[in-house]
Amino acid sequence: MLEAIKQPWPWYVAGALIGLTVPYLLLVGNKTFGISSSLRHLCAACIPGDVKFFKYDWKKEVWNLFFVGGITVGAFIAGHFLSNPDPIVLAEPTQAYLATKGITDTSSLQPSEIFSWEQLFTLRGFIFFVVGGFLVGFGTRYAGGCTSGHAIMGLSALQWPSLVATIMFMIGGIVMTWFILPYLLTL
Amino acid sequence: MEKIIQPLPAASGTNDLATRELDAMCVNESELKHPWWHNLKYSAWGVLFGIVFVKAEIISWFRIQEMFRFESFHMYGVIGTAVVVGLISVQLIKRYHIRTVHGETVHIADKTFNKGQVYGGLMFGLGWAVTGACPGPLFAQIGAGYSVVIVTFLSAWMGTYVYGLLREKLPH
Repeated sequence: MLEAIKQPWPWYVAGALIGLTVPYLLLVGNKTFGISSSLRHLCAACIPGDVKFFKYDWKKEVWNLFFVGGITVGAFIAGHFLSNPDPIVLAEPTQAYLATKGITDTSSLQPSEIFSWEQLFTLRGFIFFVVGGFLVGFGTRYAGGCTSGHAIMGLSALQWPSLVATIMFMIGGIVMTWFILPYLLTL
Repeated sequence: MEKIIQPLPAASGTNDLATRELDAMCVNESELKHPWWHNLKYSAWGVLFGIVFVKAEIISWFRIQEMFRFESFHMYGVIGTAVVVGLISVQLIKRYHIRTVHGETVHIADKTFNKGQVYGGLMFGLGWAVTGACPGPLFAQIGAGYSVVIVTFLSAWMGTYVYGLLREKLPH
């Protein structure tokens, strides 16, 4: 049983469980699914300053912070007790392409050539962690949601602005992957 | 979109709801008051969610590369299945007027279009492909032991803060 759990889970199991988050949150507490708002609530709770956008009763949305806290704990459990001992199995063209950029370590979920503290102090690491993170935090709030709020919750509720947002997420990702990353990876 | 960029007083009641709903999908008003530990039911689901994120390798930078390179079906399968399950659930809740466990009517706020979904969406897409993480997986990557992602998280937090500072100057 444990051996089976340690293997990577198929997409339909993960997709179904993530999809069930929508009715779970709605029926348990009348909450709509979304994760990026947690960053805004953290601003409102810790550093509201004189910014109108952060002046609201964040305690009414504190469930969202309990939710992301749970995600962190769940990931800790899975990463430390249920992790797959084998290398990640990548699509062959992806693996071959990344190898041409010097990314060959598939022993873990993240490539060790990028995801390390030593890398943080290189230009490439600065762009991957600091600039990339900033784009995620700024972009999701500007867009009014992320993959969970727009692509999953918004599309589930047939909100067409969420379809616009989801299409823009994909365009941004494709532009980065095909036109910018090839240079960033060789920095 | 005048309504959206209008400054709102930080008061309680409906004005506070309007402020919280600005540029946010996941805000909702429940009239019920519960003790704090009721929030643990969200933590419990979060734990399951975090395990799924790691076990289905959704938090992997590699899987995001595969997705944007159109070389693997995995992430499309995950997101597609999640949307179908969510869609069916919402339709069932609406059609049969299913109420929450506390008897409240389920409420899903309508999303209005503004230019932020275009510009912000594009920015997030660029960041997603480089970090390999949307906000949920950011928390999960840290939990799973990739400690350098704490920097990504802090930077994302600052990104949201800077957006809050600039929002009235940005096109919406």
